[in-house]
Amino acid sequence: MASGTELTSNSYLQHHLQNLVLGKLPEGYERADGHALEQATWTLAHSPKEAVDMGFWSFNVDTLGWSIFLGMVFCFFFHRVAKKSHSGAPSGFSNLIEMIVEFVNKNVNDIMSVKNPLIGPLALTIFIWVTLMNTMDIVPVDLLPLIAQFVTGDSHLYFKVVPTTDPNITFGMSIGVFILIVYYSIKMKGVGGFVGELAFQPFGKYMIPFNLLLEGIGLLAKPVSLALRLFGNLYAGELIFLLIATLLGAALPLFIGTFLGGALQFVWAVFHILIVLLQAFVFMMLTIVYLAMAHEHH
Amino acid sequence: MNFNATLLGQLVTFAIFVWFTHKYVWPMLLSQMEERETRIADGLAAAEQGQKDFAEAQEKSAAEINKGKEQAANIISQAQKRHDEIVEEAKGDAKAEADRIKESALSEIEQEKEKARQELRSQVAALAVSGAEQILMREVDQNAHNEVLAKISQQL
Repeated sequence: MASGTELTSNSYLQHHLQNLVLGKLPEGYERADGHALEQATWTLAHSPKEAVDMGFWSFNVDTLGWSIFLGMVFCFFFHRVAKKSHSGAPSGFSNLIEMIVEFVNKNVNDIMSVKNPLIGPLALTIFIWVTLMNTMDIVPVDLLPLIAQFVTGDSHLYFKVVPTTDPNITFGMSIGVFILIVYYSIKMKGVGGFVGELAFQPFGKYMIPFNLLLEGIGLLAKPVSLALRLFGNLYAGELIFLLIATLLGAALPLFIGTFLGGALQFVWAVFHILIVLLQAFVFMMLTIVYLAMAHEHH
Repeated sequence: MNFNATLLGQLVTFAIFVWFTHKYVWPMLLSQMEERETRIADGLAAAEQGQKDFAEAQEKSAAEINKGKEQAANIISQAQKRHDEIVEEAKGDAKAEADRIKESALSEIEQEKEKARQELRSQVAALAVSGAEQILMREVDQNAHNEVLAKISQQL
């Protein structure tokens, strides 16, 4: 992918694992090509080091863009079906969507002991959105980056297409869930109840510091595990696609390598379909379970 | 793992999509699905009720038909009876009428006979006188022999 320089498996992997980052570089910063900036500028990072140097206030344009695009796809289709829905016999696409909604609704009702009208839409959004984002993994690893490079004319363009292989994306969602957990815990039990749960469990009032530590870790582990589980699964999946592409493509003669690599990519893609749906389902179910726990008194 | 503002972007996007689903997708779909569920349940109940009604109606109609058949049989037997009665009656009437006509004819004949006899009676005197005149070749005094003539005509 890197034009001009020799293509090694290492550089191929690194290139594929780097986001397209938009951020501000400070005045006098020396770019990857050796030029120094005359003034602070918003620009796309041309190397992993530049991306790091942009600091916190920078955006992964590729993953965030795909994430927003896929979310809009979800909203568009579901809203269209919802607008057209009627109580007569459903058909075709609306049937599929109603099946999904019913499935999510059933899970929510089974787990939640308290009725909360926000949980259903939240679970549905998570399930479909994460599924769509994970599905980007099934698209051949080099296809969309090549198209992007062709369209922009920049043969060195970084382009990651699977939003859930970006921890920013998964943490963005899990922190959203975490905020809701805290919000509903306080809303249902009051500040005292929430803090009490953290302080007086599981060992009673004489062990408050230990309780706080234990329960605090337990609370914080929820968003962290949510985000890391999704990220880890998809990142590993993506990496295996890349490794198949690299090793078999580079180590074997062209024709055999292409053929074997393609076959292996296909096999892994078939396995990966399971992970795509399973991880979306797990994220949704855990969100519902965590929020159900937030609604209940222990 | 390079954390940056993408995380906040995703957080905001997430909130917006959840809000959108909460507002414009979930309630509509769910209410329609619930409505459909009740409609289907109602439809099934109505079908069951209809079947029950149908069976009931069938039973009722069978009973009705039986009743009708019975009535028809009754009516037919009554009609038969009435028919026989009428025939009998007509027979009696006809016989009486025939008797009456016969009687009147007989009496008429009797009357005619009497009339002819009277006529004959009235004419027999004249005939006898003229016959006697022919025989005697002279005038007969009718008045003188009225008594005899009356006797003759009385014999008729």
